Amino acid sequence: MARERYIKLLLMACASLSFLAILLIFIFILRESMPALTKVGFGNLFTSTDWNPDKGSFGILAFLNGTILTTLGGLIIGAPLGVGTAIFLDQVAPKKMATVIRRGIELLAGIPSVVIGWFGLIILVPFIARITNSSGYGIAAASVVLAVMVLPTITALSVETLRSLPIELKEASLAMGATRWQSIRTVLLPAAREGILVAVILGMGRAIGETMAVQMVIGNSRQFTLSLFKPTATLTSRLVTDMGEAPPGVFRSSLFAMALVLLIFAMLLIFSVRMITRKRKA
Amino acid sequence: MTQGNVKLERSPYPYTGQVVIERAATQPNVCDARVKIELRNLGLYYENFKALEDINLHIMCNSITAIIGPSGCGKSTALRSLNRMNELIEGARVEGKVIMDGENIYERDYRVVRLRKRVGMVFQRPNPFPKSIYDNIAFGPRLFGVRERNILDCIIEESLRRAALWDEVKDKLRDSALTLSGGQQQRLCIARVLSVQPEVILLDEPCAALDPIATQRIEDLLSELKNEYTIVTVTHNMQQAARISDFTAFFMIENQGEPGRIVEFGETSKIFTNPDDERTEEYITGRFG
Repeated sequence: MARERYIKLLLMACASLSFLAILLIFIFILRESMPALTKVGFGNLFTSTDWNPDKGSFGILAFLNGTILTTLGGLIIGAPLGVGTAIFLDQVAPKKMATVIRRGIELLAGIPSVVIGWFGLIILVPFIARITNSSGYGIAAASVVLAVMVLPTITALSVETLRSLPIELKEASLAMGATRWQSIRTVLLPAAREGILVAVILGMGRAIGETMAVQMVIGNSRQFTLSLFKPTATLTSRLVTDMGEAPPGVFRSSLFAMALVLLIFAMLLIFSVRMITRKRKA
Repeated sequence: MTQGNVKLERSPYPYTGQVVIERAATQPNVCDARVKIELRNLGLYYENFKALEDINLHIMCNSITAIIGPSGCGKSTALRSLNRMNELIEGARVEGKVIMDGENIYERDYRVVRLRKRVGMVFQRPNPFPKSIYDNIAFGPRLFGVRERNILDCIIEESLRRAALWDEVKDKLRDSALTLSGGQQQRLCIARVLSVQPEVILLDEPCAALDPIATQRIEDLLSELKNEYTIVTVTHNMQQAARISDFTAFFMIENQGEPGRIVEFGETSKIFTNPDDERTEEYITGRFG
């Protein structure tokens, strides 16, 4: 019986350690970003588009804008693609074909982001440059790269949701004389709505946090832009660009403030997933 | 109502009061020939496994035909061959013919959507959609293009009344269908089928998941509905078959791995009192199965 107790203690230690690590990271980031929040000022930090640490300007709005636009762009392309693929795999494709495609998509999830970013850099950016007569770097290129990266998450989770639907629902709608497409649109998709929403939100989390691939194709400029084809930056890409050179002080603290924003985004996403799944159970 | 009738003349779907009366007068559902569906040498395979063989059956208009037999003898498979639901299973293949009103429903150009509108189905476990009671019933009519609100309202009331559910749900049509009890859900599923004015209703052990009181209500309902519809039901419950059906088909498999066949088919009173085949008698008296 003593052994039982040791194992229990050991497992408890593991759990406490993980929890403690997360808590400490949060406290650390919060503490480190305090100087920026107090000295630059909350308002200035989030409303200024001027990021010029040498001259004492620390506005991160341009990067916040970059993160939001690339994430939305990635989801606008990736979510319909992922949900469409999931519907195809679960409802349309013959079993063998579905298995092959599923394996392929799982593989896609395992490709390191730097490889996808590299593809973007040597194929996508020149392509966009040619058709838009711009440099090719920017939100459009980053959105496409992110779409590829969120695709496996959204597809896999959507397939899981569709699979978990009772077969009786599909039978009921088909037996009423619905075509396959009518059955998908009017019965299966509404029934899977929450699960698909969760899939998209988790994909969003992936898109917000993605650094490497985005940094390679977005152009890394500090300018604020709403144009899809002008170089700009995201919170993550700016962080990774500047973190090597930032001396302790307000500069480094502003980088931590960016990290804090990312952390809060992540927490909001997790929270919304919790809300959706709880509502489903009720 | 008046407005509803005016609109109806443009609608291809005869649902509301006046039209129903006209329908009753011409009795389109009381078919000219007595035989509504004929199964001719029907056989069915799942991949290489033969599940049914040599099924010959006449399903009569405005009657209840019960399919009985031990588990795994292909009762449900046979039922599902009547609205081609067996096609959902990959690798299912049919030989022979199922002739409804003179047409083979397995003909290449026979449209399965039209077939399923004419042949409705109620399943073993109540399977309402996770939508409101109203939207459950409106599902079929909407599929076939009925959009007008007042016509839908009429269809929903009429379908629920016929399924003997109206009084219980009329004040909560907007509630989720999943809040209903099992027996209510099953009657909702029957109402859902009735909403598209089918000619034939298939029921796959409709009372298997219900308590005796709910079962009683469904049985009463079926006995009433047979005046207007042709009903085929699979049941495990011998008393139920004896109580409600006019004709009974007894299915059986001789040995494990062999296809299901019809042992005996005839009027229920005969099958249950004086069967020709001794296997039928053994099954009915509960000696196996």
